[in-house]
Amino acid sequence: MEILDILISASFWAAAVRIASPLIFATLGELICERAGVLNLGIEGIMVVGAFAGWMAVYSGTDLWTGVAVAMGAGMLFGLLHAILSVPFGLSQHVVGLGITLLATAATYFAYRVSLPEVTNPPRIEAFKELPIPVLSDIPIVGPALFAQTPLTYLAFAAAAVVAFVLYRTPLGLALRAVGENPQSVEAQGLSVTGLRMGAVIVGSGFMAVGGAFLTMSAFNSFFFEMVNGRGWICIALVVFGAWKPGKAVLGALLFAAFDALQIRLQQTSLGADIPYQIFLMMPYLLSILALVVMSRRAEVPAALMVPFNRGER
Amino acid sequence: MRLEPMADAGLRRTLGLPLLALAGTLAIAMALSVVAGANPLAVLGLIVKGSVGSKFALLETLNRATPLIFTGLAVAVAFRARLWNIGAEAQLYMGALLTVVLGTGMLPLPSALLIPVLFAAAIVGGALLLLGPAWLKVRLGVDEVVTTLLLNFVMILFVSLLLEGPMKDPMGMGWPKSERLIAEARLPRIVDGLRLHWGFGLALICAVLVWVMQTRTTLGYEIRAVGLNRRAAAFAGIPVTAVVIKTALISGGLAGLAGFSEVAGLKGSLTLDLSPGFGYTGIIVAMLALLNPLGVVVSALFVAGVFVGADSMSRAADVPTYIADILLASALLLMVLAIMLTRFRVVRG
Amino acid sequence: MPDKGEARAVLRLHAITKRFGALTANDAITFDLHEGEVIALLGENGAGKTTLMNILFGHYTADAGEIEVFDRTLPAGNPRAALEAGVGMVHQHFTLADNLSVLENIILGTEPLWRPGTGRAAAQARIEQLSRDFGLVVHPDAKAGSLSVGERQRVEILKALYRDARVLILDEPTAVLTPQETDDLFATLRKAVARGLSIIFISHKMHEVLAISSRVLVLRHGRLVGEVATADTDRHQLAHMMVGSEIAAPEVGGAVPSEILLRLRDVSTVPVGNAVGLRALSLDLRAGQIIGLAGVSGNGQAALADLLAGEAVPASGEMEISGRGVDLWTPRAALEAGIGRIPEDRHRTGTVADFTLAENAILEAYEKEPFSRRGWFDWKAVDRYTRSIIKRYDVRCPGPDTRIRLLSGGNMQKLILGRALEADPKIILAVQPVRGLDLGAVTYVQNRLIEARDAGAAVLLISEDLDEILTLADVVHVMSEGRLSPAFARGTKTPAELGAWMAGQGFAEDSHAA
Repeated sequence: MEILDILISASFWAAAVRIASPLIFATLGELICERAGVLNLGIEGIMVVGAFAGWMAVYSGTDLWTGVAVAMGAGMLFGLLHAILSVPFGLSQHVVGLGITLLATAATYFAYRVSLPEVTNPPRIEAFKELPIPVLSDIPIVGPALFAQTPLTYLAFAAAAVVAFVLYRTPLGLALRAVGENPQSVEAQGLSVTGLRMGAVIVGSGFMAVGGAFLTMSAFNSFFFEMVNGRGWICIALVVFGAWKPGKAVLGALLFAAFDALQIRLQQTSLGADIPYQIFLMMPYLLSILALVVMSRRAEVPAALMVPFNRGER
Repeated sequence: MRLEPMADAGLRRTLGLPLLALAGTLAIAMALSVVAGANPLAVLGLIVKGSVGSKFALLETLNRATPLIFTGLAVAVAFRARLWNIGAEAQLYMGALLTVVLGTGMLPLPSALLIPVLFAAAIVGGALLLLGPAWLKVRLGVDEVVTTLLLNFVMILFVSLLLEGPMKDPMGMGWPKSERLIAEARLPRIVDGLRLHWGFGLALICAVLVWVMQTRTTLGYEIRAVGLNRRAAAFAGIPVTAVVIKTALISGGLAGLAGFSEVAGLKGSLTLDLSPGFGYTGIIVAMLALLNPLGVVVSALFVAGVFVGADSMSRAADVPTYIADILLASALLLMVLAIMLTRFRVVRG
Repeated sequence: MPDKGEARAVLRLHAITKRFGALTANDAITFDLHEGEVIALLGENGAGKTTLMNILFGHYTADAGEIEVFDRTLPAGNPRAALEAGVGMVHQHFTLADNLSVLENIILGTEPLWRPGTGRAAAQARIEQLSRDFGLVVHPDAKAGSLSVGERQRVEILKALYRDARVLILDEPTAVLTPQETDDLFATLRKAVARGLSIIFISHKMHEVLAISSRVLVLRHGRLVGEVATADTDRHQLAHMMVGSEIAAPEVGGAVPSEILLRLRDVSTVPVGNAVGLRALSLDLRAGQIIGLAGVSGNGQAALADLLAGEAVPASGEMEISGRGVDLWTPRAALEAGIGRIPEDRHRTGTVADFTLAENAILEAYEKEPFSRRGWFDWKAVDRYTRSIIKRYDVRCPGPDTRIRLLSGGNMQKLILGRALEADPKIILAVQPVRGLDLGAVTYVQNRLIEARDAGAAVLLISEDLDEILTLADVVHVMSEGRLSPAFARGTKTPAELGAWMAGQGFAEDSHAA
């Protein structure tokens, strides 16, 4: 049984966690936005921006963590634009989000061409290296999967814990959960709906951009067009699959990544010789659609998602 | 700040704000030219010249506008009913695929029969592809934005699978490319000697038909009612589910025609680069036209002109052609903002 | 009651003016609120009461004028400042987040946002203390989404008390309560006053104003038109101040009921979400009769309205219209069966806001001749029809091509009424048909319903306003938890007796088992 061999190999689980990492960042980002009541369809473009900005910063000489910060900042900039248009002006979140994705993607490609006009093969950077944690990384299977990853993967899990803590254990999280459910409840208690929502969109976009940066700084070590390849849209499906809860969303991302890692490995087997590789590549997308269908019945969607708030209008 | 609805915005606001949005877009384009180290006015001049400055340029623009009219109409029809069809790209490929399957010799028919058959097949293919997401939306409440988006990726992989497998052209020298359509399947040119095919004419006809449908028929009325207020529509007895499904079929069919027109009118065969994102650009086309079917023609011409002009400009000046995409995305965002401000006033507190 | 001269003014409104476009919602309104006093703000719908309180609480910014709380000027347009100054508001439309618990809703916004670990134990103890002190029973851990309307209101009051509010504004607090719940609310308010709180009580119901307040301020068309001590006034005088003229109650002649047009036997429906479904309900609607359905909001009235409107189907039981059973039951089938519908929410259910008057006028009949033939519209016929409705139902508007969102509630309702009555319905379903309308429109709509009854229609009037039911209905039913009381003929039950039914007393115990 080739599948069984794959499933008990340490490299498979390590790959699954690695593939999950950018999805975790971006899913958390989308989750923050949606919890506050804003659907952020800019996610795909913002991931492209993050991938490029982090890589470009490192390529121009900054250290890796500065690169991550630059990526985050660039993502937050587009998040700010999204927030302004969708929150105080209350424009259609569908249109704004898709517009941001188109704008961010085009701006990135433009910047790439302007900054590297002569290049045919994009340069590689010294990316994040695996940082095995002593002792823990020696545990069979679990060790390589969880404790021999790059720092950015550790950061992804830490970020999930922080988001969950903030959401459920702090007054800020309480306000965020309230503003996505009923903005009037927040307004009547003297908090700013606009401030909370804009903040959520900006910070969430920062997370998405770090997810994109993971691709260039911890996975492929280089930037190329169409590298995000629908990951943002998959993350939107993961938020629904995770029922807008950080823990479940991380589990969903891991599950999804495991399937992705599996299909990559299956391509190398005798099974892969008979089945065209495109079938395997379709799996992630079909799986996301399936996840949406399965979860549709019991989705606890934030009640005010996609409903703009206009002060004084009731 | 707060938004207050206005009964009547006045001419200055209704005309001034969209013009301001356009000016803002131009300003962004000029700023980007400077960033790329070129003379902004020269860049704009080259874009205009490259899009309408010669007979060749103009025909190129009209050809490029053709699929955009189809996808723009597809999006406009769907968005009217608040069916967020972001999958026109996949539906386009489905239309193209069926055109190639039936038009490369499988049906040995004369042109007068074969072209209508291909036309219909493309409609059916595109329509069926959107039927799934629409059905999931009305039955299970699954968000169609994500499903249609994801299907774009699935579809392009499916086309790739076919082009590298069963549909690969044996004479294609290894390229993933289908066989060429037989001569009877090709759309003729509108005027002999001019490089403009009947796909453009069909696009114009479709725009008029959609406009008539929206303004004169009960289906158009139902679509608008469902889009503006689903609850009130249902209460009044409008069969909301059926209307959404019908809208999906029309929208998907129109996007399928974009594929038919590109293959039968322009390219003659199916490749993986048949569409440089016509489906996504259709969203911009439709939004700039405020979802008006006749406006779609105008905005598709504008958008096509920007793309064609930017292509030609980037060969002459050293400014990346992606400036066109930035320009259009900014135009989209600034225009929706401007339109909103013609209906609402921003007031303090 | 403290003497007006001695008590300190806790709140001063000075020349508050607010305009919305051409409409002046508040025109230079000035008054003081004293410590331990209950002021009633009385006025018709649209008189500007809610706008004024929204300015006070900071939801709106006034165009002119000043507010002082405890002698300090209140910054404009800032609910937080109002809360910190000690002003608490119980909104007419409750402002709870349904996904949070009662406790979370109460402490929301009371702590610095970044401080980790909310002090839940202390908060819980304080909430329990407050509920004992003020007689407000709540369960701090219950999800807000699962609360009844009365419980929700108690949470709203606790939200204000938790923040040590010294001034409490209640916007139409009794609209959703049974008479008994209203008494409980008044008891709580008296306790609050005894502890030195000052209260502004907004209402359009005169008997409540007379029962709770020490001073009455009357608003009319945005102006403060009268101020009287409650002890020195009566219903008659207040009504006169409110409307500016004598109220002409609609003339309701005797009914001549005839055959049964709609018969429900043991009909139950499936509850939607948290809403109450019908529980083995039997009801007869006779031609030539207005049947009033009283009850506290959320006791199954919506389920019955949905059923008659064709939006819900019976899960069990029988439904007959004019002696015939129904099979495929949809909104369109209801229209075909001759049911004219006036929905509760005219903005969201009754009309498409961005459609023109003409497009809204044909919403229920667009596929019939002469408006369309085989799917093609005849817009000229639509225009003619709309003009005739505008004329016959006195819809004040620029023309048939105006978007309906620009119309006032009264004119919108007249169009809906015209649309329903023009189809010559045998049965009329009117849900809260006059809520939020000014008095002229109220009288107009009510008279039209009476006319329809006299012409032989069966009218089912669903309302939360007991006065309206008692005025109009020939027969009254009360609804509680999805059950229906027996039919009470006009004048056979007092408001208090109906109130007991509204609170669920008198229903056969066995139906509880269902």
